[in-house]
Amino acid sequence: MIGLEHYLTVAAALFVIGIFGLFLNRKNVIILLMSIELILLSVNINFVAFSSFLGDLVGQVFTLFVLTVAAAEAAIGLAILVCFFRNRGTIAVEDVNVMKG
Amino acid sequence: MQADLTVILPEIVISVYALAALLLVAYTGKDKMAGMLVWLTAGLFLLMALWIGATGNGTHTAFGGMFNDDGFARFAKVTILLSAAAVLVLGREYMQRRDILRFEYPILIALSAVGMMVMVSAGDLMALYMGLELQSLALYVVASLRRDSAKSTEAGLKYFVLGALSSGLLLYGASLTYGYAGTTLFSGIIAAAEGQAPIGLLIGLVLVISGLAFKISAVPFHMWTPDVYEGSPTPITAFFATAPKMAAMALFARVVHDAFGGVVGDWQQVLAALSLLSMFLGAVAAIGQTDIKRLMAYSSIAHMGYALMGLASGTVFGVQAMLIYMAIYVTMNIGTFAFILSMERDGQPVTDIRSLNMYAKAQPGRALAMLILLFSLAGVPPLLGFFGKLYVLRAAYEGGLAWLAVAGVVASVIGAFYYLRIVFYMYFGEEGEALETGRSPVQWAFLMASAAIMLVGIINMFGVEAIAQAAAATLVN
Repeated sequence: MIGLEHYLTVAAALFVIGIFGLFLNRKNVIILLMSIELILLSVNINFVAFSSFLGDLVGQVFTLFVLTVAAAEAAIGLAILVCFFRNRGTIAVEDVNVMKG
Repeated sequence: MQADLTVILPEIVISVYALAALLLVAYTGKDKMAGMLVWLTAGLFLLMALWIGATGNGTHTAFGGMFNDDGFARFAKVTILLSAAAVLVLGREYMQRRDILRFEYPILIALSAVGMMVMVSAGDLMALYMGLELQSLALYVVASLRRDSAKSTEAGLKYFVLGALSSGLLLYGASLTYGYAGTTLFSGIIAAAEGQAPIGLLIGLVLVISGLAFKISAVPFHMWTPDVYEGSPTPITAFFATAPKMAAMALFARVVHDAFGGVVGDWQQVLAALSLLSMFLGAVAAIGQTDIKRLMAYSSIAHMGYALMGLASGTVFGVQAMLIYMAIYVTMNIGTFAFILSMERDGQPVTDIRSLNMYAKAQPGRALAMLILLFSLAGVPPLLGFFGKLYVLRAAYEGGLAWLAVAGVVASVIGAFYYLRIVFYMYFGEEGEALETGRSPVQWAFLMASAAIMLVGIINMFGVEAIAQAAAATLVN
């Protein structure tokens, strides 16, 4: 029987993979965007699992909001990335270094 | 339903204005109308601030507790709207001369202002998230407003990636909070956290705090601040340093008191640690900086540390101290950025502080105003900045965090060094190539007004003290 804890474990694993993807990735900014998406989706699994477990619809409503915002966020991220590419001609993470910090 | 809509009328008005303005400008003048739109938006902000400040009374909740309109929210909203209006007017000429005054700019600022107003009024994790994202998404775009500059787009990219990460942390915390409290309403969470809070709820709390700490740029979540401040066009940096900081700080206060007010002991230590680290890193890391925008970034990190100190005390007085501190901080920053905007040579903006050599000789009036602002930022008595610091230190001391108050004094002494270094350059530096005399009367007026407030405000703080007290009382109970 698959219970709440299984879902939470999967979500936690995805979340951690997403965080690691953000910090360990040295190659490509697109991978950063994918990691962000992974983080948001792991949250969605959490919300839906809790919602079903509690018998409360609010969690699923929250999920819909998160999905919408994630789409908007991806659009803005890609738009900024396109502008960046036009200026620098690269989207490697190592090259995001005009300013040190 | 009717009553609910009345409560969020100011937000609706600004949203409708933003959408209508977007349509109108896209079909007519485009960037040619941007100048007019800036004035219009600033005027609307001013009007809304007056409306909210003058007519608001009592506490109203809407949409089943998701949205609160109380004294605390109104204090934050008035500060946000006034500072946003000031920054819009302040940066107009600068942007026009550099051909980056696009029509999207005032509209995005208006949308982010709506986001901030929702944030400070949030009574539910969903409202919190939607407000925060509306604000952040608009800000990511304005950070990279100068599309043809590598610096500006890089600032936008960094801000976006780290901002999205912080939203992810906050959301994960929100999902755990929801799971263990069984509701997303703050009123429900505070009931679930009564007495001994479940461990899942505490993990959720810590993650939500980390997400919010990103937004106010508290150490160790500050990495984005210096780069974003340096890379963005200066008027936009001025905006980042004022209204969003106030909004995020107010949201922070709302979350820890409205949703987790029953477990003060659990978050107090976290906030105290964030505050301590921010104050020291802000003070120490700024010493080596020569770019005035990076320097202001570290300065704002340090200031957020002080504001957090008020919040960490966990008392009504602490919230009052935080509100007063933030109001003073915003006023000081508007003046300081008015000065930074006027720094230029051959029509190009200059941000190196060494270019201020002997500025006082050429521009004694401006130099004196900047001197007052810098002393105030450093917290030198008897200027207003000193009283802001005094308030938070007292709150920390009375809240049982005497060690934090002592650390705050030490950090402010270290921090004074880099503010005084700018003063040194202005008054005793070597003769060098002089900066141009600023041309804009608007920038001059804001600089002088801000400096004057730092001097005159010490008499009675223009009544802000009492208003902040009433506002804090509506939040903490």
